[in-house]
Amino acid sequence: MLVLNNIEVIYNDVILVLKGMSLQVPEGQIVALLGANGAGKSTTLKAISGLLGPEDGEVTDGTIEFQGERIHGLDPAEIVRRGVFQVMEGRRVFEHLTVEENLRAGAYTRRDRGNVPEDIRGVYRLFPRLEERRGQTAGYLSGGEQQMLAIGRALMARPRLMLLDEPSLGLAPLLVQEIFRTIRQINREQGTAILLVEQNARAALRIADYAYVMENGRIVLEGTPQELQENADVREFYLGLTQVGQRKSYREVKHYRRRKRWLS
Amino acid sequence: MDLFIQLTVSGLTNGAVYALAALGFVLIYKSSDVINFAQGELLLVGAYVTFFFVAQAGLAWPVGVLLALAVAVVLGVAVERTVLRPLIGEPIISVIMVTIGLASVLRALVTAIWGPVPRSFPAFIPRDEVLILGAVVSADRLWAIALSILMLALFSLFFRLSNEGIAMRAVADDQQAAMSMGISIRRIFALAWSIAAVTATIGGMLLANIIGVGGNIAGLGLRVFPAVILGGLDSIPGAVIGGVVIGLLEAWTGGYIGQGLNQIVPFIVLTLVLMVRPYGLFGQEIIERV
Repeated sequence: MLVLNNIEVIYNDVILVLKGMSLQVPEGQIVALLGANGAGKSTTLKAISGLLGPEDGEVTDGTIEFQGERIHGLDPAEIVRRGVFQVMEGRRVFEHLTVEENLRAGAYTRRDRGNVPEDIRGVYRLFPRLEERRGQTAGYLSGGEQQMLAIGRALMARPRLMLLDEPSLGLAPLLVQEIFRTIRQINREQGTAILLVEQNARAALRIADYAYVMENGRIVLEGTPQELQENADVREFYLGLTQVGQRKSYREVKHYRRRKRWLS
Repeated sequence: MDLFIQLTVSGLTNGAVYALAALGFVLIYKSSDVINFAQGELLLVGAYVTFFFVAQAGLAWPVGVLLALAVAVVLGVAVERTVLRPLIGEPIISVIMVTIGLASVLRALVTAIWGPVPRSFPAFIPRDEVLILGAVVSADRLWAIALSILMLALFSLFFRLSNEGIAMRAVADDQQAAMSMGISIRRIFALAWSIAAVTATIGGMLLANIIGVGGNIAGLGLRVFPAVILGGLDSIPGAVIGGVVIGLLEAWTGGYIGQGLNQIVPFIVLTLVLMVRPYGLFGQEIIERV
């Protein structure tokens, strides 16, 4: 469905962020993209959705294809119309709009205006909390509610592929579970394919059908969640487990050096 | 009492026109963070274009007014294409400086086409005298107030209910997130400038009907600054209330204290208000969740 072939992204004409990045998202699947800070995960998503422009980024090489057609270089609005919708990192709800107005903003590109009210009800069925707050200003919702709103707003565009950037960011563990359960539910019930960028590798691997690990602008490892969970490096660096399968203890880390506290 | 009513009506009239001009100003500021220094000139151009269609081309006034509004829409789109689009990605301050340039260009164009001498405007809005509580008031002023209220009500409905209105507020909130919804920023900017030009044209028409067409319309249009700063740069109700307050203050000080002082008093009040509420009376406070 989505194929990234060897793409390169350069910021400000000089900084090479993605260096020959390739991945695929098959129809109806959840694909996780893992990696440390600064690996280029968010850049990958923005390259797909066409949102690099305002950040002075540019895809300089490679191809991005969605359902067999090249989509890179297209206007972000056109990419949304073709069915790719990005839920940006940090939720980014429209703070001064009400919950319902946020949902309507998500439906901006829809041609079938008549079905929008029914879809709003659909989002409320998925997130009953949002219905209780439909008239409230979105900026005053809690973090979890804002994340629900961000996902609900994405559903309003009826996307075929949803790009989720760190949906667990800054949420309590229980809420993270709820959000991931909902993501799975959306994927199953509506058949929406999902490309999920996460720091929380454990939670992401639990719901993903396939996963990629990214470092320094390229894919270094890929496989089914099970394969990755068995990989020694992934266990050590992403799941925080040692060889024996125990939780890593920092008490045993020998190379801890005392920092000069007066410097800070 | 007569004097008070006359002053109040004339203050409300000017205030209503300021509110119309301020509405466009706030729209542009809200959706693009650009402070539009050419707002007064938009009123000027609107007034002269209406003058052209109604007085010089001799069209019936409803036709002339509609044509003038169409020209305003074209002007708004043209400004987006020629002035704003090449500046995408440049610092906002550059765009603001360019609006100052735009102001000079528009004023010069008007002078080049219609000359510097003020002219009388064919009054298509009735100027009969009306008695209110015993005071004599010219009917065109009442028309100006009523029309402004109607326009402002229409626009606030547009922002609450229409998809484009919601999209405009979304862009004002978070441009990149709005882009990710598939909202075209260029289209929204063009829309904001078109609406600004349309409201300015209506304001210019109303002013011209009362004081004739001339360069001083642009000067009156500049009063949007105290109005919007008072109301809060990014608040539409604030623009309306700010405009009315400034209009009333000017009329009352001019009438009771003396001409000339009416230029100063609004600014004194403005300073006092800003000391208490730095973001204006209705300006958006930044929402912070703690």
